[in-house]
Amino acid sequence: MSEAVLDAPESSVEAYRFTFEDSARTSNEPAWMKEIRRSAMGDFERLDFPTMKNEDWHFTNVGPIAEKVFGSAKPGGEISESVIDRIAFGQEAIKIVFVNGRLSSEMNQGALPDGLTIVNLAQEIGAESQLLQRHFGQLAAAESAAFTALNTALATDGAVIVITANTVIDKPIHLMFISDSGAEASSIHTRNLIFAERLSKCTVIESYVSVGGDNYFTNAVTEVFVAESAQLSHYKLQTEARNAFHVGTVQVHQKRDSRYESFSFATGGKLARTNIYTTLAGEASEAVLNGLYMCDGSQHIDHQTRIEHVAPNCPSHELYKGILDGNSHGVFNGKVYVHPEAQKTDGKQSNNNLLLSDGARVDTKPQLEIFADDVKCTHGATVGRIDELALFYMRSRGVGPAQAKRLLTYAFAADVLEKIELESLRESLEAQVLERFTS
Amino acid sequence: MLEIKNLHASIGDKEILRGIDLTVNAGEVHAVMGPNGSGKSTLAQVLAGHPGYEVTGGEVTYNGQNLLELDPEVRAQEGIFLAFQYPIEIPGVTNAYFMRSAYNEIRKAKGMTELDPLEFLDLMEEKIKLVDMDPAMMNRSVNTGFSGGEKKRNEILQMAVLEPRLAILDETDSGLDIDALKVVANGVNALRRPDNATIVVTHYQRLLNYIVPDYVHVLANGRIVKSGGKELALELEEKGYDWIPGAAA
Repeated sequence: MSEAVLDAPESSVEAYRFTFEDSARTSNEPAWMKEIRRSAMGDFERLDFPTMKNEDWHFTNVGPIAEKVFGSAKPGGEISESVIDRIAFGQEAIKIVFVNGRLSSEMNQGALPDGLTIVNLAQEIGAESQLLQRHFGQLAAAESAAFTALNTALATDGAVIVITANTVIDKPIHLMFISDSGAEASSIHTRNLIFAERLSKCTVIESYVSVGGDNYFTNAVTEVFVAESAQLSHYKLQTEARNAFHVGTVQVHQKRDSRYESFSFATGGKLARTNIYTTLAGEASEAVLNGLYMCDGSQHIDHQTRIEHVAPNCPSHELYKGILDGNSHGVFNGKVYVHPEAQKTDGKQSNNNLLLSDGARVDTKPQLEIFADDVKCTHGATVGRIDELALFYMRSRGVGPAQAKRLLTYAFAADVLEKIELESLRESLEAQVLERFTS
Repeated sequence: MLEIKNLHASIGDKEILRGIDLTVNAGEVHAVMGPNGSGKSTLAQVLAGHPGYEVTGGEVTYNGQNLLELDPEVRAQEGIFLAFQYPIEIPGVTNAYFMRSAYNEIRKAKGMTELDPLEFLDLMEEKIKLVDMDPAMMNRSVNTGFSGGEKKRNEILQMAVLEPRLAILDETDSGLDIDALKVVANGVNALRRPDNATIVVTHYQRLLNYIVPDYVHVLANGRIVKSGGKELALELEEKGYDWIPGAAA
């Protein structure tokens, strides 16, 4: 806490500036990092929070985040084993726990399998890491995205993961970002970097959950480098508290023959936005982006994805599904951009939404921009209600309408969940969806 | 078992059933035949409680109850089963889960205990033989990607599992080759009992060689214009519908 007598901030932007100056004053970080942060803070002030006039934020009003002054989180309390096991959905994993934006217990490098290095960002910055100096902010540009700029300026911690070349890591790495009561009324900025080196194979899960915090703001960024012939499965599970705000950006860069599989599961938060961006920079690299969002009450859950086909012969497949109940609002905005050199691109994108109530609403905008002439690209979006014929079919077999609706809703979701390659996660999410719609 | 009196039904502004009278007793098989657009399928759907049709007049009594007041699921729980002309695909729900849900809902309604998945599997093993279906299809999504013949077999399989008192087969024979037709007919015949009844809605006489009806009714323009024994079906096959008064298109 600062002892300086500062006037109360006039805006949330100014409050973030105060927070930034506070931490800059006491920072032991190397000069290069301080410079990145100072420059990002400037970017954030210049950009300001996006308005709905900004094409990327056309359907999402971030006013509730922009107007609120969030403080810094208190250090997190201890998280019990049973809570961690529950978040881990029974899957054996290498679990790294962050509470209120800080690593909750010491890293034990010795416990990791050969070929895997995981350090926490705060420590790595202090260690004058060459890796970090070269790559931090390389993919997630602060100049053009306000939330990324804010994250770059204020990120407290996160995971830096290196999967060494030719290594297959069998156990998933599970990063848990937990907010407890100490996160109340505060903003939490975490930053991860994942390096999947040549011919490596690994699964990384990011979970964003609350165990007590309710009114807080998570602003997360993950930069992912997928090298030649590397394979990475990356699952993001956003089940934040119902009054929380969440903005998460995943920025991926793929080299030749690599494969990146992503699944975004989003059910939490009052207002949540997930960005997943990948660049297919090397020939024959493949991207699979899938997701499921479910909201009710007055929740607003937004996804933006962007697949940049830069190199030729790359397939990309994307399926996002949304289930919207109550007066909730879902948004899907997905762009597939095919550069002139990206011949033989095979791109498939779809977004399907199921509205369960009259008050629910969805805005969907799948976009294709193609500048190559020999490509195969399709995209489409649907917004529908429960199929009346299917409902009658089930009723004619003795199943009541409420139960039939739940089953059909579950079936709608199961269709995308079955694409998740990690079996334990697929089963866990199926069970969660079934429970949500059958109890 | 079933008594239909002067039944009128419409879809939107269009009246399709214009005064149907039909009585079906336990142990009987009734065939309802007629040209396209005569209202055969509408009659089948109205009996099952399809919400798209509005009953505008008449009454239907089923085992002493006013059938028209019952929700579709209650009709099913009371023993009515409609084999759909176009079975519905339900991606994401396995056939096994679907049939077990239906079976257990009906058992619950009767105050019986539900079967767990393993007990149900045993039951299925028996029933599936009846329709000569690959057991692997139980783990596939309901009707999704099934061929026309597989869908119809799947309907008869559901019928075998649910053991209805009144089964209504809506053009179950259309689109079937002769082998599939025999399988379906054998399934239906195996399920016949003195205390249940079957209404076979069909466009073709062919099916009635295998499921032999006690009565044949000709439906035209929303009314039953002629009724007779099984020989009526053969006559229709030979002469068409035009010779029957009131059946001309």
